[in-house]
Amino acid sequence: MSQSILVIGGGFGGITAALEAAEVGHEVYLVEKNPYLGGRVMQLNKYFPKLCPPSCGLEIQFQRIKRNPKITCLTLAEVMSVSGQPGNYEVAVRIKPRCTDQSSVDLSKLAAELSRDIPNAFEFELSTRKALYMDVPFAFPQRYTLDRDNLDESDRRKLTKHEAIDLDAKEKTITLNCGSIIVATGWKPYDVANLTNLGAGRLANCITNMQMERLAAPSGPTAGSITRPSDNRPPRKVAFVQCAGSRDENHLPYCSYICCMASLKQAQYVREQYPESEVTIFYIDLRTPGRYENFSKKILADEKVKAVKGKVAAVQEDLASQGIWVTAEDAVAGNKLVECFDLVVLATGMQPSLSGLPLPMDVGMDENGFLTGGEERGIFSVGCAKEPLDVMKSAQSGTSAAMQAIQTVRGR
Amino acid sequence: MAEKIGVYFDTQKIGPLLDCEPLAEKVRNKWAKACPVVKIEDNLSGEAGRQLIQADIDSGDIDSVCICGSSPRADWDIFDFGSHVLVERVNLREQCIWPFRNPDGSLPQKAEEADKLLAENALDCINMSISKLQKTNLPQPEDLEIVKRILVLGGGWTGCNAALSLARAGYEVLLVEKEQELGGYAGKLYKTFPKKSPFLRAEDAGIADLLEMIGKQDSITVYTATSLVELAGQPGQYTATLKNGSGQQEIQVGSMVLATGWEPLDTKYLEPLGYGKSKNVITSMQLEEMAKNGEIRCPESGKPPKNVAFILGFSELLDGIAREEEEARQRAEEEKAAAQQEQSDEEPSIEEPFEKTESYRHMYFTNELTCLNTLKQANYIREFLPESVAVILYEHMTATGIQELYYKEAQNDPGIMLSKGEVTAVETAPGGKLVVKAKDTLLGSDISLETDLVVVPTGLVPTTALDPVIQLAYRQGPAFPDLALFDGFADSNYICFPYETRRTGIYAAGSVRQPMSLAKSAADAQGAALKAIQCLESADRGVAVHPRSGDLSYPLFNFVRCTQCKRCTEECPFGALDDDEKGTPKPNTARCRRCGTCMGACPERVIAFDNYSVGQIGSMITQIKVPDDMAAEGPRILILACENDAYPALDMAAQRGWKWSPYVRIIPVRCLGSVNTIWIADAMGKGNDGCLLLGCKYGDDYQCHFIKGSELCDRRMKNIGETLDRLGVELERVRQEEVAIDDYDKIPGIIDGFVDEIMKLGPNPFKGF
Repeated sequence: MSQSILVIGGGFGGITAALEAAEVGHEVYLVEKNPYLGGRVMQLNKYFPKLCPPSCGLEIQFQRIKRNPKITCLTLAEVMSVSGQPGNYEVAVRIKPRCTDQSSVDLSKLAAELSRDIPNAFEFELSTRKALYMDVPFAFPQRYTLDRDNLDESDRRKLTKHEAIDLDAKEKTITLNCGSIIVATGWKPYDVANLTNLGAGRLANCITNMQMERLAAPSGPTAGSITRPSDNRPPRKVAFVQCAGSRDENHLPYCSYICCMASLKQAQYVREQYPESEVTIFYIDLRTPGRYENFSKKILADEKVKAVKGKVAAVQEDLASQGIWVTAEDAVAGNKLVECFDLVVLATGMQPSLSGLPLPMDVGMDENGFLTGGEERGIFSVGCAKEPLDVMKSAQSGTSAAMQAIQTVRGR
Repeated sequence: MAEKIGVYFDTQKIGPLLDCEPLAEKVRNKWAKACPVVKIEDNLSGEAGRQLIQADIDSGDIDSVCICGSSPRADWDIFDFGSHVLVERVNLREQCIWPFRNPDGSLPQKAEEADKLLAENALDCINMSISKLQKTNLPQPEDLEIVKRILVLGGGWTGCNAALSLARAGYEVLLVEKEQELGGYAGKLYKTFPKKSPFLRAEDAGIADLLEMIGKQDSITVYTATSLVELAGQPGQYTATLKNGSGQQEIQVGSMVLATGWEPLDTKYLEPLGYGKSKNVITSMQLEEMAKNGEIRCPESGKPPKNVAFILGFSELLDGIAREEEEARQRAEEEKAAAQQEQSDEEPSIEEPFEKTESYRHMYFTNELTCLNTLKQANYIREFLPESVAVILYEHMTATGIQELYYKEAQNDPGIMLSKGEVTAVETAPGGKLVVKAKDTLLGSDISLETDLVVVPTGLVPTTALDPVIQLAYRQGPAFPDLALFDGFADSNYICFPYETRRTGIYAAGSVRQPMSLAKSAADAQGAALKAIQCLESADRGVAVHPRSGDLSYPLFNFVRCTQCKRCTEECPFGALDDDEKGTPKPNTARCRRCGTCMGACPERVIAFDNYSVGQIGSMITQIKVPDDMAAEGPRILILACENDAYPALDMAAQRGWKWSPYVRIIPVRCLGSVNTIWIADAMGKGNDGCLLLGCKYGDDYQCHFIKGSELCDRRMKNIGETLDRLGVELERVRQEEVAIDDYDKIPGIIDGFVDEIMKLGPNPFKGF
């Protein structure tokens, strides 16, 4: 029997669940498949509605992890199989090698010498990285990662003699014993390639809301200046297309919860950076639940932020300016709008990360990829693995899952 | 206290710019007795390095460790030698070497090209750290006797869920409800909107099952028709005074879950929507009651309504009262600001008066629940009266997230008509009928709708907006402070930390925190229950809770020197201090979050932590070697940086290649709130030319982890003029800047800008004395 708790996913929900359980005194394993903790939150520039930096909260969480010997963090790690029953699960975890020194040694110069420029997934491919990288701001752990699949022979020669690099490090599989499992695997942006009427990700100046976060972030590819990907020029007219994929039977039938607030927040990014700019938000409903109403009212009080009730039917590139023509129906006025914008932001929705993937454990999954049930087996899902939520509600959900996991391990 | 310090240079982290040997020699000479071990190692941050240090500890050569290399934020796991060994990290890499540029702006590539300023800076940093270690003790936690019983205030859906959750985790629970029966508003529901997949049908609220489970738990003691009169003490040691028909009694509890929920918003906010004009305009609560009783009828005629209109698009109707209240709010704020200005010199006002915060805004905050509830009630109409039609006029259908599926389901019912629409009037018509007029609809034109029954939404106002509720016997007052920031909700200011409030040990859940569905409230109850457990277990171990969770240190008071000025009692952001009649502070360690604001506030240096004190930082400041000739050797400027945000931002700036002036010396502080003006006076007295304080943003959207720290520090710095004047030092030499953790691209500019201004001001007139 084990009093330990396994948390799968080192994003905000998972970190919260792990810490809240560990601070009561339970041993916790936090398993993250990426090289760094922080998940989606790490990619955000600011939170709504306070417009405060997410790295601030993450820093606190990392400090809490550092101080707490009860938490074991496993990065580059994935759960392969789960067997046993509540109170006594055996979990096989595969850990990929980082191939670098176990300390924070600065490898930036070595990295710069490598040949290939690889599309940077953290930056949603708005920039590139090297095969040796630490692309996450405030990286935790603060250690470089080597992506061995992207090396050529000359790279290998450079790396092989470096004391901080281990080109031959081996993957390993370990077995953990735990009494309860928390699944906090989070979400991924809905694949924009499916949105054929909205440019399918092929128009340079029609970006996604998560790309916008990176453009606006001081750690991002443009060091925080919001410019058009096609020509790096500041946009004067910006449109936000709400429900790009969400609330749509052909894509995601549910509402993704965060996009209305995210677009209002991003409208503020644009307006702050370019006081002359104009923003139009095309929406079906502006969903700003609870006290978020205050934020919505504040942003919409700006006369240069216009909200139009109407679903965008199509976008098209203007060949001369590389602007984006937006066709929408103004549902209240009853007329068709066709307008050209310098930059269009698609408020793409969230899809559970596990959607379409085989699960290593016995929990239910609904047709949209959200986890259902599991409680009776001591398995608890958190945050966006369960339903679309914002950060605050994911943290709350993580705390709640920690409580249930504790009940499970104590009850046996 | 560190008596035998081992100093280790991690050359791999220090790199080629700094020659370690001369530095080590200086340390050996200056600190011969204090530092018996001084070593330079190529491979310190690895297993070999760890073992080397461990061997020095094990042999008894050293009792504490000083590592000169990377930031304390990195490699923390490598340099952990257990809780009995003090470890100090000299951040040479991130805050000394990486940001270094020569005074002429050139960037050195090797040690010979670096100006001697770099070595001077490094030496100052090392000396500061050694001095700090000498003034640091291993913290001894306070030993408290703890009661592991938890009070759940409010016996509605949320409170019952919290109680059950606590009992199942093995804790004793006191469940207190002011009404005759448990169940709250959930007990009055006919159904609730979907709680689980596939989210298509309203379902039974489940209160009966919940109450049955509560009944089976021996560890839950239920008090109905009982109110909380007072909560005195501190986490782990509260005394709750309860009052009911049989009198008052005191019960010991360790922490509390606040689940007192909400009250219906004053119906005056519904009058503009037609409420009161006719009995056939009812609230959604009234409709719920009808459904629960099994019959939906028009109150005037007693007949079933053929059509029912639900009004959710009410902005225009509410506009008048909204304007009035916003204007009144603004006037009140202005008056308050003026009053504060007047009394700023008087005796500090410690107790915050309670102010009610119920307003028209709560109509909007209820938007999500109102929309879902309306969809549910439209389905009631169809269920009870299959021939009748329900019309919903909304502004934004806030069926967020997965509840979209429930909204879609309602759209499939031909008997439920949904349209965006701004209601412009609700008028009475002959025969008890009502006419609802609306514009901006999706129907192509303005509409006028004749209807039998109009349903207006019941707004939800949290109990904490109406009453102090938690009844704390705290010197700062009985309620959560500053709830106006959250419109009366007992919510957290922090997005990342939804349960953190300004009163340690009390964790709010459910609709008293945010308007919430039953499903969300149940989960919220579990979360708050866990925090309540965590708090009393932490008090039991003598450690702090969030954000310095696990911290063993706590403020110790040397009352002999206390002058009863009450500043610490007034300024503590968490109301940790009470006082006696003379004004002598009474610390309550388990309420304390260890920010050190009290220490910063105290003019008599009465307050100190084992590992953080006025003397400790003062001794570090003394270690800054200030050259006599500013023109020749540059100024020296002290930076006190908040360790939560400003300090990591400095690390990040350096990591991203930013450079800044080599004349600054950085000392991290727990929070700017802990900055004692004595440090500024010390720094100036020692000839430093300026002092820059880097702390978090304050104001309504404050980012300070200790709520008020940076704001209080700013106030202290404004009041420091007199002290500086006495020293003959210009006020411009001391400045506080607000920085966020992601301002790493701005911080170098802030530092350099300040250094430039100091250069223009010239040397500190005190220099050389």
